[in-house]
Amino acid sequence: MTVAFPAIGRPIERVEDLRLLRGRGRYVDDLSCNSQLYAVVLRSSVAHGRIRKIDGAAARAMPGVHAVFTADDIGEPVPTIPVRLFPCPEHEPFRQPVIAATKIRYVGEPLAMVVADSPAIGEDALELIDVDMDSLPAVASHQASRENGSLLFEAHGSNCALHYSISKGEPDKAFAAAEYTRREKFYVHRHTGITMEPRGVLAEWDAATGHMTVWGATKVPFANRRILAKLMDLPEDAVDMIEGDTGGSFGVRGEFFPEDFLVPFAARRLGRPVKWTEDRREHFLAISHARDVACDIEIACRRDGQVLALRGEVWTDVGAYLRTAGAISPRNVGQFITGPYQIENVSIDVAVQLSNKSPSGTYRGPGRYEADFFRERLFDLAAKDLGIDQVEFRRRNLVPEDRMPYALPTVAPVPNPTALDSGAYALVLDRCLAEARWEDKIKLQGQLIDGRYHGVAVVCFIEGGAAGPKEEARIVLETDGSLTVYVGSSAVGQGVETVLGQIAADAMDVPFESIRVRHGSTTYVKEGWGSYHSRSTVMGGSAILAAAEELKARLKDAAAKRFNCAAAEVTIGEAIVRAPDGRTLSLQALAGHDLSAEGIFANHRHTYSYGTHVAHVAVDSRSGHVELIDYVAVEDAGRIVNPLTLHGQAIGAIVQGLGGTFLEDLVYDESGQLLTATFADYMVPLATDFPNIKAISLQLRPSPFNPLGAKGAGEGGVIPVGGVVANAVSAALASLKVEVKELPLSPPKIWRLIQDAKHSRSAD
Amino acid sequence: MVVTFNLNGNPVEVEVEGRTTLVDCLRHQLGQTGTHVGCEHGVCGACTVLVDGEAVRACLTLAVQAEGVQVVTVEGLSREEDLTPLQKAFRKHHALQCGFCTPGMLTTAHALLSNEPTADADRIREVLSGNICRCTGYIPIVEAVLEARSAYPGGPPAGDAK
Amino acid sequence: MKLPRFDYARPKTLREAIGLLGATDGAKLLAGGQSLIPVMAYRLAAPPLLVDICDLEELTRITLSRSGVSLGARVRWCDIEADKRLQEAQPLLVAMISHVAHYQIRNRGTVGGSLAHADPAAEMPGFAVTCDVELVVMGSAGQRIVAAREFFLGPLETVLRPDEIIVEARIPAWQPGRRWGFEEFARRRGDFALAGIAVFFDEDAAGRMSNAHVGAIGAASYPRRLVAVEDLLNGQNATAEVIEAAGQAAGEAVDPMDDLHGSVEYRRALVSTLTERALRHAAGLQ
Repeated sequence: MTVAFPAIGRPIERVEDLRLLRGRGRYVDDLSCNSQLYAVVLRSSVAHGRIRKIDGAAARAMPGVHAVFTADDIGEPVPTIPVRLFPCPEHEPFRQPVIAATKIRYVGEPLAMVVADSPAIGEDALELIDVDMDSLPAVASHQASRENGSLLFEAHGSNCALHYSISKGEPDKAFAAAEYTRREKFYVHRHTGITMEPRGVLAEWDAATGHMTVWGATKVPFANRRILAKLMDLPEDAVDMIEGDTGGSFGVRGEFFPEDFLVPFAARRLGRPVKWTEDRREHFLAISHARDVACDIEIACRRDGQVLALRGEVWTDVGAYLRTAGAISPRNVGQFITGPYQIENVSIDVAVQLSNKSPSGTYRGPGRYEADFFRERLFDLAAKDLGIDQVEFRRRNLVPEDRMPYALPTVAPVPNPTALDSGAYALVLDRCLAEARWEDKIKLQGQLIDGRYHGVAVVCFIEGGAAGPKEEARIVLETDGSLTVYVGSSAVGQGVETVLGQIAADAMDVPFESIRVRHGSTTYVKEGWGSYHSRSTVMGGSAILAAAEELKARLKDAAAKRFNCAAAEVTIGEAIVRAPDGRTLSLQALAGHDLSAEGIFANHRHTYSYGTHVAHVAVDSRSGHVELIDYVAVEDAGRIVNPLTLHGQAIGAIVQGLGGTFLEDLVYDESGQLLTATFADYMVPLATDFPNIKAISLQLRPSPFNPLGAKGAGEGGVIPVGGVVANAVSAALASLKVEVKELPLSPPKIWRLIQDAKHSRSAD
Repeated sequence: MVVTFNLNGNPVEVEVEGRTTLVDCLRHQLGQTGTHVGCEHGVCGACTVLVDGEAVRACLTLAVQAEGVQVVTVEGLSREEDLTPLQKAFRKHHALQCGFCTPGMLTTAHALLSNEPTADADRIREVLSGNICRCTGYIPIVEAVLEARSAYPGGPPAGDAK
Repeated sequence: MKLPRFDYARPKTLREAIGLLGATDGAKLLAGGQSLIPVMAYRLAAPPLLVDICDLEELTRITLSRSGVSLGARVRWCDIEADKRLQEAQPLLVAMISHVAHYQIRNRGTVGGSLAHADPAAEMPGFAVTCDVELVVMGSAGQRIVAAREFFLGPLETVLRPDEIIVEARIPAWQPGRRWGFEEFARRRGDFALAGIAVFFDEDAAGRMSNAHVGAIGAASYPRRLVAVEDLLNGQNATAEVIEAAGQAAGEAVDPMDDLHGSVEYRRALVSTLTERALRHAAGLQ
C-alpha cells in the first residue's frame, strides 16, 4: 500500500513490526555460527575479597568442557574497560578489569569463564571451579562507603572516587540575603533498566583474515569496536560489530561490559565461534545499576516564592567500578537540578562513592530523575512554608521564553556546557493542568474519601537530547529505484527503521515504502555514534538530511549528463528528475552507477524537550498502598516525526518511572548480597498496575539547533515521575504530617512514615 | 529420550535430555526462535506457547512433557501473506517496541480471545499480568487486544472497544 | 539457568509412582512443575529423579457430594475456576484461588503441588488450614489421612515422607447461610501475599457468630488458624466494635517473618487491617 507524502508527522505503522510480530526478530540468542561453543561465566558470590587462587582444573576435565579461562589466561596486566563518556584522569584507577584478578569487588563480578559444548554443561562445570579467597568487610551502603572503614581501592585511600562541582552565579551571597531558606535530606534508591532480553555476545574469529565479527552489539557499536580492538591489540577495521534486533536498552545495555571482551577473547583463543547468553539471574547482577543517590540540599527564596539559589551536597553510589558511562549520572544530578526553572545561583558538590555493589551506568533520565525528585520535593515544601500555591510557585520560576537559550550551571572537572534551547514552558504547564482537570482535582487535596487519602501534585521538567558529537548516514540508490539508508544510530526498540525512514523519504521526496533503513552495524558507515541521550531522531535524522542533499546533487549531476544540460537547470521531486524542457527520468532509470552519498551531522548543542506532569493518588493509610487514580503528562518535543512511536515512548517511560517510584528496588544486605535478583523479588510494573495514564505530545517550539527542529524525547516520561508522585503522596497525607523524603514509595515505607509521624506527634 | 509432538500443525520428533526445557527445544533444536527466553523462572511470560490450546510457560515445561501434545508458537499464529487481525491490531496500536515480549503477548492474547472473546479491559489486563513488558507500558497492548476481539468467534462487533 | 541433570520417569499407576519415589533417594514428584522447575533452575535443588504423574488420570477429578468437595491432587487452578458448581459449593475456595499466580501458571499449577510445596504465603495451604481440609496421602506404607492443620511444619516443609504422594484434598461441606470473607494484600496482581486472612462463621437466630474460622497466610512460617481471634468472635454479634477488637487480636496472634518485603511490625498491622476488612465483608458491613 502506498503512503501519501509527506511522511514526517504521520503515525506510520512500523516496518520492524512485520518481522517482530511473526517471531522473526533476530536477537543475538537467535543466531548461531557453525561449530560454535558456549560460554558461561563464573561470578563471585562474595562481595569483597582478595583472590588467592581460582582453580578450574576439575571443571576443565569435565566432558564437554573446552576451556576454563581466568585472569591468568588473559595475561598481565588484565585489561580494564575505559570510561567512554567524558573521561578524566581521576577516573582511571576505578576502571573495571575484564575479569577479576587480585580483588573481588561485587557479587556478580566475573571470576572465570567456562567454554563448553552447551550452556547446560557449562553451568554444570561452574560448580567444580574452586575459588580460594579471603573475605573482606563489605561496603554495602552509603554510610559504609563514606565511613571508609573498608576500602575498595586501598591505594586511593578513600571510597570517594572523585567530586564534581556544579556552579552558577553566587549562591552563598544569595543565601546570606535570602528571606527564606529550607534545608532537607532526600534519597533515591537503587534501581535500573532491566531489559526483557538479557544480554548476549556471539563472536567469530577468522584466523585466515585476522578478522573478528561480534554479534549482539547495540547502543554504541562503533565505540565498542574501538574499545575491543584496543583491548585485543587489533586494528579497528579488523573488528566488526553487528547489530540485529535488541530487546530493550534504556541506556543500561550496549555499553562495553567484561563479557564483550571475554567472549571474543575465547573465540580467538579457541579458534571456534563462542556464544554467551546472559541469564536472568546474571542480568540483575551484571547489568549496569543506576540511581542510588542521597543529597543534603538547601533552597533560598524570596517571600514571593522566587527561587534565588540551590546549594548542597550529593552522594552517588556508583558501585564497585566506574563503567563506560559511570560518570554521567553523578554529573547530571548536579547540573540538571534546576530543571526548567530560572535559578541564577547554584552550588552542588557531587561525591562519586564506590561500594561493593554492581557497577552503575546510565539509565533513562540518568541523574535527572533523582535531581527532579530532590528539587520538586523541595519546591512543594517551600511553597507550603511560604503559603504559595504549588502551581503558582512553579509558574513564577519557569524560565521565560525570551530568556532562551538559557545557560545551565557549569561542571568541573569535565565541562559540559549546555543551555535550554527553546520552549514555552508556562504554556505547556497550563495545557497539562487543563488536561488533568486540575481545578476539579485540587478540591480533593488531602481529603479522606472511602477510607483513602487523596493527593494531587504538579511538576515541570526538561529532558536533554541530541548529544553530539556527530552522526553519519549513507544513502544508496538501488537498481530498482529504491533507496537504502545506512545510519550509525542504533535500534533498541524505539522504531529507528521507521522514524528515520520517514525522514529519509521526505528528504528524498519519495514514497516511504521505497526506503529501507539499515542501522548500527560497523559495516554500514565509516563512523557511527549510536543511540543514547535521546539522540537518534535528531542526530541520525539530521545526518540523513545531509546525505540526502548530497545524493540529490549527484542525481541531478547524473541526470544533467543524460539530458545534456546544466545540473542547475535540473529539478528533482516525487522520485523523478526533470529537464528544463520537460523530459524526465525516474530514479530507477538513473540507478546503476554507484549512486550514493554520505552525510555527517555535527552538533554540540543539546535539545531540551520539556513538559509538565500531574499525578492524582489515593493512599490507603492502613496498608500503605497507593493507587494511581490519574496521571497526565504533556510534553513539547519540538517537531514530531512519528506521533505513534513518540506516544509509545512517553507511556513506556512514564510506566518505567512509576515502577521505579513504587515497585522496583535493588536491595543489598550488609554483606553486599543482592536480595532482589529475581523477577519475583525485583518488581517491575505489570499490566494491572498503572492503567490510567494519559500522555499528550506537542510540537510547539522546534529546536533552533538542528535542521529537523526536533528534540530528543525518549526519556522525558521517566524524569519527573518520582517528584510528582512523592508530592502527591505527601499532599494526600498532609493531615497525618507525612512528608516523603525517600523513594521507593512501597506500602511498608509509607506505613512506616505514617507511624513515625503519629509517634512524633504524640511525643510532642 | 525421543519426544514426538505436533508443532504448528506439523509432526516433529526430537532427541532431548530430560532437563531440556520446551523453550530451548523449540528454539535451538526445532529452529523456532520466535518464542523467547526472558527469565527461566516462570515469571516474565516471554516464553508463552500454546499446549493443547492452553497458554503455558515453555521455560517451566520439560520437552519430554510435550509428548503427544499440540504445541503452537507465534510462528504457528502467523501467516506468510499478511498479518493476522491480532497482529494487525498490535501494529496499529504500537503495542510493541523492542518486540521481545511480543510473541508471548500474542500467544497469551490468542488463547484468551479464543476462550473469552468478550473479555473486557480488566480481564485482559488480569490475564496479561503474567507477561512482562518493559517498553510499552501495557496500555497500547490492552487497546490492541480489545480491538482484536471482533476477529474471534463470539467477539463483539468491530468498533466496540469496551 | 539451565536445569541440573536428572533422570525422568513417567509411571502409569499410582503404585508405580510411589515405588519410584521410594527407590531413589531425593526423587521428586513432577506435577505442574510451576514451583519445582524454578527452584531447579536456580540450582537450589537437584533431585536425581523426577517422577512425572501426568498419566495418573484418577487424580484429576473434582467430586461434589453431601459430605463436601473432593479435589484430586492434579486438579489445576483453571479447573477450579472453570467448575461453576464450586462458586456455590465452596465460595471461599473459589475466592482464594482466584488470587493464585497468573494465567499461564493457572493452566498447570495443581492443588497437590501447592500443598506439597508449602509456601507459607500460598493460598491453597491457607485455605486447607482454614477450612479443616483433610489430605489423603498414599505411600509405600499405605494410605493415611492428615488434617491440614497438622500437615505443614514450616516454610516449604510438610509431614510428607519421601515416598508419599498427596492424592486428594477433602473439603467439608459448606453450610448454607454461612458468612465468609477473604482479604489478601500483595504488591501486584498474582504476587505472593504479604499477608492474607480468610474468615468464615455461621450465625444463630440472634445473629451471634459461631464456628468462627480465621486463617492467616503469609503471617507465619506456615498457615494457621488464629484461635484467639475465633474465641473472641464466637458468641458475639458481628458489630464494628467486635470486629475492630478481632483485628487487634489478630495482629497480636500472628508470628510474621521479617524480610525485605515487610517488617514484623508492618505485617502485624497488615494482618489486623485485613482481618477487620475480611470480617466486615463477611458481616455485610461497609
